Amino acid sequence: MFFLIIKRILLGLITLFIVSLITFAGTEVLPGDACTTYLEREAYGAALEACYKRLGLNIPAHERYLSWAYNVIQGDFGYSLSGQMPINEVLGPKIKNSMVLASASILIGIPIAVLLGIITALWRDKLPDIIISTIAIFSMTIPEFISATLLILIVAIWLEWLPGIVIVPTDVSFFELLPNIILPVVAISMIMTAHMARMVRSSVIQVMASDYVQMAILKGVPYWKMVFKHVLPNALLPAINVVALTIAWLLGGVVVTEVVFNYPGLGRLVIESISNRDLPTVQALAIILATIYVGINLIADLMTLMLNPRLKTLQIRK
Amino acid sequence: MENVVQKINNLSIGFRSQKGEEISILKNITTEIKRGETVGIVGESGSGKSTLALAMMGYIKHGLFTTSGECTFNSNDLLKMDGRALEKIRGRKIAMIPQNAGQALTPNLKIGYQIDEALRLHTDLNKIDRDKKISELLNKVRLPSPETMALRYPHELSGGQQQRVAVAMALAGTPELLLLDEPTTGLDVTTQAHVLELLKFIAKDTGTSMVYVSHDLGAIAQVSDRIIVMYAGEIVLDGPVRSVLKNPIHPYTFGLLKSIPKLSLAGLPHSMPGSQPQPGTIKKGCSFFDRCSLSEEKCKLNSPQLEYLEELKTSVRCFKHKELIETKNKENVITRNDKKVQINEILNLTDVSISYAKQKLLDQILNRFTDDNPTVKGINVDINKGETIALVGESGSGKSTILKSIAGLLKTKDGNIKFGKEKILQPDVKHRNPNDLRAIQLIFQNPDESLNPNHTVEQIIAQPLRLYFGMSGDELKKNIIDILEKVRLGEFYMTRYPRQLSGGEKQRVAVARAFAAKPDIILCDEVTSALDVSVQAAVLNLLQQLKEDFGTTYIFVSHDLAVVRAISDRVAVLYQGRLCEIGPSKNVYQTPSHPYTEVLLGAVLEPDPDIKPKLVAEDIVEDRPPEKGCSFQGRCPKVIGDICKNETPPWIKADNGNLIRCHLSLEELRK
Repeated sequence: MFFLIIKRILLGLITLFIVSLITFAGTEVLPGDACTTYLEREAYGAALEACYKRLGLNIPAHERYLSWAYNVIQGDFGYSLSGQMPINEVLGPKIKNSMVLASASILIGIPIAVLLGIITALWRDKLPDIIISTIAIFSMTIPEFISATLLILIVAIWLEWLPGIVIVPTDVSFFELLPNIILPVVAISMIMTAHMARMVRSSVIQVMASDYVQMAILKGVPYWKMVFKHVLPNALLPAINVVALTIAWLLGGVVVTEVVFNYPGLGRLVIESISNRDLPTVQALAIILATIYVGINLIADLMTLMLNPRLKTLQIRK
Repeated sequence: MENVVQKINNLSIGFRSQKGEEISILKNITTEIKRGETVGIVGESGSGKSTLALAMMGYIKHGLFTTSGECTFNSNDLLKMDGRALEKIRGRKIAMIPQNAGQALTPNLKIGYQIDEALRLHTDLNKIDRDKKISELLNKVRLPSPETMALRYPHELSGGQQQRVAVAMALAGTPELLLLDEPTTGLDVTTQAHVLELLKFIAKDTGTSMVYVSHDLGAIAQVSDRIIVMYAGEIVLDGPVRSVLKNPIHPYTFGLLKSIPKLSLAGLPHSMPGSQPQPGTIKKGCSFFDRCSLSEEKCKLNSPQLEYLEELKTSVRCFKHKELIETKNKENVITRNDKKVQINEILNLTDVSISYAKQKLLDQILNRFTDDNPTVKGINVDINKGETIALVGESGSGKSTILKSIAGLLKTKDGNIKFGKEKILQPDVKHRNPNDLRAIQLIFQNPDESLNPNHTVEQIIAQPLRLYFGMSGDELKKNIIDILEKVRLGEFYMTRYPRQLSGGEKQRVAVARAFAAKPDIILCDEVTSALDVSVQAAVLNLLQQLKEDFGTTYIFVSHDLAVVRAISDRVAVLYQGRLCEIGPSKNVYQTPSHPYTEVLLGAVLEPDPDIKPKLVAEDIVEDRPPEKGCSFQGRCPKVIGDICKNETPPWIKADNGNLIRCHLSLEELRK
């Protein structure tokens, strides 16, 4: 077990290393660079030289990569080009904002999704299933930029209950942010919940059709006891990985939703820094997002391992 | 107390088709189960036997519904009860022992908990008494060290042990009726014989009634007092075990018995033409009409009713059962018409060892193997052109592993496989040349998985023809039709997809695909074990016919000794990846034989209640072969001492040419 964790962490680090190489190489290969973008039409002669020198772009690529990687390992992502400030300072509040949005969506969305999934599975092909499944498929198929825009139209413009777009400074306090995130959370949860509820539904249905559930019924186990003891632990196990991916997706910034609501999170930062050719920030974001994905997937795998007696013993035997 | 435990009256169960038609899968079933009686329900897949068994617990699967009739247990109709009332009966009064205990035990709960659950629901015992009772139950089903056993998870037990746990769980509520749904299917022969023995003991010990559902007449014959034969959702024959098996007065039962290969008789079993009709296709007349050799106009127009015959105490659904009694004394098996096998070696295995052990990184780099105790070790066999050699043994004996190595799907660790006189075959299929690939073809156990569901029969058979012979156009088509006719499928099968075919037809397509390559050797991996007996007989006959026509060599892997007896010229018996005995099949089935062969032969179940299996060895499951000495030392009933533990036994040659690997002398083996 211990060795397995070490092995997985090492593999994760290798993944991160490769991601850093690819992003670095990618930003190198693209035509144009920060200086040409920054200086626009004046990007020639002495001004360009001076800019290169200032940003250190005249040093060979592999040396720049090494010094950059060295700093990143120490937690320093360098300077943002567009804002001319340390990237760590730019990222901090955005990460916080994205975390707030993600946590709120997770806390609300996942329990609802699991509950709806179970309800639709247990009342399969009956009225509750038909109603919930129809709504779920509906909200899954509507793209988020449409549902988000509709939400703004109805709740913010017609009813005037909540602010339609987030026009607060990036480093606003949590309580000031709260009313602003309700609509984005609803927009995100709609899609996420629908997807997960469908997943849980099919997983529960599959377990309900299994021999051991039939056996439990034939043993005379009361219905709800059977559901909680024999069905759910086995049905929700495969859901862990999907939930993990969803969390990673949320933390990575829900680009479209953030842009529609003008929300100051990671997703919007990604778009902005790409269009500004703010390469150090893009690299920093790529590394951070990759770390989030690798980390969360690792946690999910370990959880599955802990909860599944079958995998646990297999690992010990090896 | 009433003498009848359960009464089923005119029960019909069906489903609604997409067109909205009601389609029955059980039709007007009427029967009763007496107290203390064991009733065997036998039928092939799709006969409705499992649906009937589940209905006996008031359980109807999702999508099915009752169209008529009732199922009364102690004068209450189970099918009209609500969930609460059923919970009180299920597990307490009627208990179920499922087909596949491995899948019927909840994977995340310890087995002690699962038995305890039944005890808590159905008894008033307190915690201490329940724990005591769990040990008692596990002991009763003869599981070793019950206390530690209770703390294990289902996947930590072997198949036989899981089945025993399921029996213990069923006995928790001291039921009046036990339903067993194929409880031994999927177990090894020796394990199966032991579990049946246990079930018989429990029936006697507790006096409970049992309903034993199975497709296996051999198992049914051993446990039942009465047998019900089902066909296409109807009871066609219902009577005492001896009457049904020794005097089968329904043509289906008669044909079924004839299609079972028997250990005592060499030669192929008779097959029944056709297959069971799909539910809903028979609108009137006898459902066995198409396949019956006695049928006449009357049978097509009128449905026969179940008729009770006083002298046999048997009910039968056939207009012509009297004629059957007169015509039935035909010869029992089809004698094989083998050409004399020439000593003309086609495949030679020299010192073949195969290992599943994962190599360490260093060994991988140095390209060396370090496993001293490989899964398969030291196999030496010469196979002659045109012979059928069978590899037999229980699961884990390495028989399929050897087959995979011959096919090149699994690399040998040591030794080599020679094709023809000189040519050494590449261990890895990727490095073999097209002609070697063509020469060796494989037929798999389960045609559902070995045929691509998105290809038509034409595409499936065209592949080897294109690949090996570069055929196309009219020539290709002509050859496909040719091959289909050889396996007795007509041209019109070409456009069909595997899902539109029955199990037997699918396996015929798989056989056709193998023969399309005009191979020298065909590897058959349990090719009949997923098939119903009547279909199995047909496939065996087909394989024999094709061999006679083409002179192909078969390497036939099977766990079923009776099937092996029917088809093979020579038999090699394997235990834990080591050869125990090899010889002409008629000799292997006689004394003297290796103790393991004796154990296997003893455990075979014949469809005859008067031939009892002999249980000579424990059904322990060994995870891996012993480091040294005889491979069978752990279970051998004739073990002599340290010599078996330390020294690899020598090959001894019996006077009939049979080779046996044992430390005992021939005289001692004969005993």
